[in-house]
Amino acid sequence: MDILHEFHEAAYDPYGYAHALKDQGKKIVGYFCSYTPEEIIYAAGLHPMRLFGSKTDIHMAERHLQSYSCSLVRGAMADVLAGRLSFLDGTVFPHTCDSIQRLSDIWRLNTNLGFFADVVLPVKLNTQSARDYMVDVLNRFVHDIEKYFALKISDERLLGAIETYNTIRSNLLSIYELKAKNPSSIKGEDLYAIVRASMVMDRDELCVRLPEVLKGLHQKASAEKAVGKRLMLVGNICDHPDIYSIIEKSGGDVVWDDLCTGTRYFDGMIEVKDMQDPISAIAERYFTRQVCPAKHSSPTARGEHVVKQARLHDVDGVVFLQLKFCDPHSFDYPYIKEFLDGAGIPNMILESEDQLPPEGQLLTRFETFVHML
Amino acid sequence: MIQTDEEKKKRKFKSAGKMRDIMFQYYIDAKSAESNGKKVAWITSGGPVEPLIVMDVIPVYPENHGAMIGASHMGGDLCEKAEAMGYSGDLCSYARADIGCAPVNGGPISGLPRPDMLICCNNICGTVLKWYEVQARYFNVPLFIFDTPFCHTGFGDEARKYVRRQMEEYISFLEHACGKRFDFDKSMEVGRLSLAGQRLWQEVLDAAAQKPSPITAFDAFFFLALIVTLRGTQTVVDFYTELLEEMKEKVDLGVSAVPQERYRLLWDNLPVWYRLKWLSDKFASHDACLVADTYTTAWCGSMKYIDENNFIDSMAEAYTRIYLNIGIDEMAKTVFEMIDKYNVDGLVMHSNRSCKPYSLGQYDIQRMVQEKKGIPCMMIESHMVDERSFSESQIATRIDAFMEIIKQRKS
Ligand code: SF4
Ligand code: SF4
Repeated sequence: MDILHEFHEAAYDPYGYAHALKDQGKKIVGYFCSYTPEEIIYAAGLHPMRLFGSKTDIHMAERHLQSYSCSLVRGAMADVLAGRLSFLDGTVFPHTCDSIQRLSDIWRLNTNLGFFADVVLPVKLNTQSARDYMVDVLNRFVHDIEKYFALKISDERLLGAIETYNTIRSNLLSIYELKAKNPSSIKGEDLYAIVRASMVMDRDELCVRLPEVLKGLHQKASAEKAVGKRLMLVGNICDHPDIYSIIEKSGGDVVWDDLCTGTRYFDGMIEVKDMQDPISAIAERYFTRQVCPAKHSSPTARGEHVVKQARLHDVDGVVFLQLKFCDPHSFDYPYIKEFLDGAGIPNMILESEDQLPPEGQLLTRFETFVHML
Repeated sequence: MIQTDEEKKKRKFKSAGKMRDIMFQYYIDAKSAESNGKKVAWITSGGPVEPLIVMDVIPVYPENHGAMIGASHMGGDLCEKAEAMGYSGDLCSYARADIGCAPVNGGPISGLPRPDMLICCNNICGTVLKWYEVQARYFNVPLFIFDTPFCHTGFGDEARKYVRRQMEEYISFLEHACGKRFDFDKSMEVGRLSLAGQRLWQEVLDAAAQKPSPITAFDAFFFLALIVTLRGTQTVVDFYTELLEEMKEKVDLGVSAVPQERYRLLWDNLPVWYRLKWLSDKFASHDACLVADTYTTAWCGSMKYIDENNFIDSMAEAYTRIYLNIGIDEMAKTVFEMIDKYNVDGLVMHSNRSCKPYSLGQYDIQRMVQEKKGIPCMMIESHMVDERSFSESQIATRIDAFMEIIKQRKS
């Protein structure tokens, strides 16, 4: 499909995309983590863009970050120091893990990219006081943006933003569901490009493009029987698009995931109840969407979620994708593995830093795993 | 510098034995809690412990236990056990040691007593959140999370409201877990003792401002255990009062902690628990005294936010604004103050692979210190209780080189 080309470009050259957008007069706010209240940034007429950090000259981060911080954090720091983020009009740091927390300090003290905000969200997402605090923090964020950019974010704009995001999220979900139902309908790398580009591309454009993609896929979706073993990826961010094709070569097919660059990005619609103010509605989604390991809803929430999703999507095996030095995910791995083992779902783990192991070696590992299934 | 036995004895703290006894008794009490009908709570080192004392619950600190494991050189083995359970070797070694210890009751005191509840305050790190989730699953006991929003550049009204409400939630959690009412009168008394303990602890640390110093950071690492584990009790107040007296005597007699104190250094981050003696000897061999550190100060650093007459309310704020829960520029300010207060010639930073919130940002702090204070800095890298990560010869060479610079600057 030609239309996918656009997604691939945005996914693989996000900074190029950003520069082009900037040339059209857009203001761009970079952010980390799927807990960023993007709706608010969008409602302010700004363009929210997720930063992943490229993998070039990652050593430039060495002046500020020890070698034992994850490659995402180091990559982002290297990018900003090298001037690759000059298109930014601001950066937003939601509170997540200890590494991002400190990256925020280092960023604030060493860069000058206009707007800067820490959105210190609650860490526990299961009490009324945390809900109220979340609303307070989001309102404060609204206020900070309004003040810095000298504008007003009306409730109307927020409601519009909610609609936009619901459209994006529900379309992404439908594309994922299609993949799960009919894996041959879309290649893994295309699916990856779509979800990743959705954090990069103009959101209004996405609202038009995603339904087109979905329509195209439905038309194309043949009765072709899937041959690959059905796999689910679980982990932080997947920064290695090659993984999908290597898995396909080895006889597997990624049909679902629990990743920041996957379902954790689009899980959960925002429902605005009667008379409810839009900020509370946005806040509420964080309490109902699937939880990330840097947040708490119950000690077993993620394990239960992963098993449930694996069953729901008829998964033959799970591949944990772990970024080295990622504390929250490393703490969760053993118990989620135990839950999967208990449910009789085979699993393997692949730990990586900024670079993947050589393709040949990876292929052998995946083949061995897939043959076992 | 060779010391005679007599001189060595003079330098020793008589109070050390007493403290060992107190800690021994504390762990006996904790371990026999069940048979005495008492409840045990595991709590994070920077957690709000006072309400537990009010409720007569025995607080137990896995981090203090971790320090003991490290000091007994049992960390590597227990961390390895956790790794065999699937935990990455890059995780905090306190957490790994504790997780590896629980199923086998290992370590120097054959494990901690089983918790009836877990109290996790994330004012020190996100690691404790994950670690306590692990233990909540393992022991299948209630977990209370005291969520203290990170104060990058300040402490806003939203956060103030949130932590105060959690104090109420914490109290009702305890009332529920213990099946009795919270005694607010008693909480005033516990609060008063807690604050008195913190003030005395600050005084102990302040003594290092004298030249030569009667105390080193290594002594502080040792004596720290009480303000961590028994904060809010009379025991702490009595003990530190005596310790202060002993220190005054030393000053009167002109006994210094390091025989020929010529250079004064500041330590940053947690201690390397399994190399305390080695490091202490190493620096002393250069006539250098590590007079102070940023770690032990953390247990009295937010006293200024406590209102003695309104302890329960104000402690929520104080616990949120502790040293590790603030931005690195704020931390750097504390470091500058300490450099001046203790008049130090150099900064030794422990780049602690175990503790990202403490260590990431150290490079920036180091640069700020060099710019503002113009003193040399050095870095030592390790995992604070996993002795497998320590490369002695490399670190020895670094210390020697660092001390060369300090000596040249002073001569
Ligand atoms: S990968 Fe892990 S450590 Fe790195 S930023 Fe994400 S949550 Fe934090
Ligand atoms: S050493 Fe650091 S990471 Fe480990 S428990 Fe303490 S504060 Fe948390």
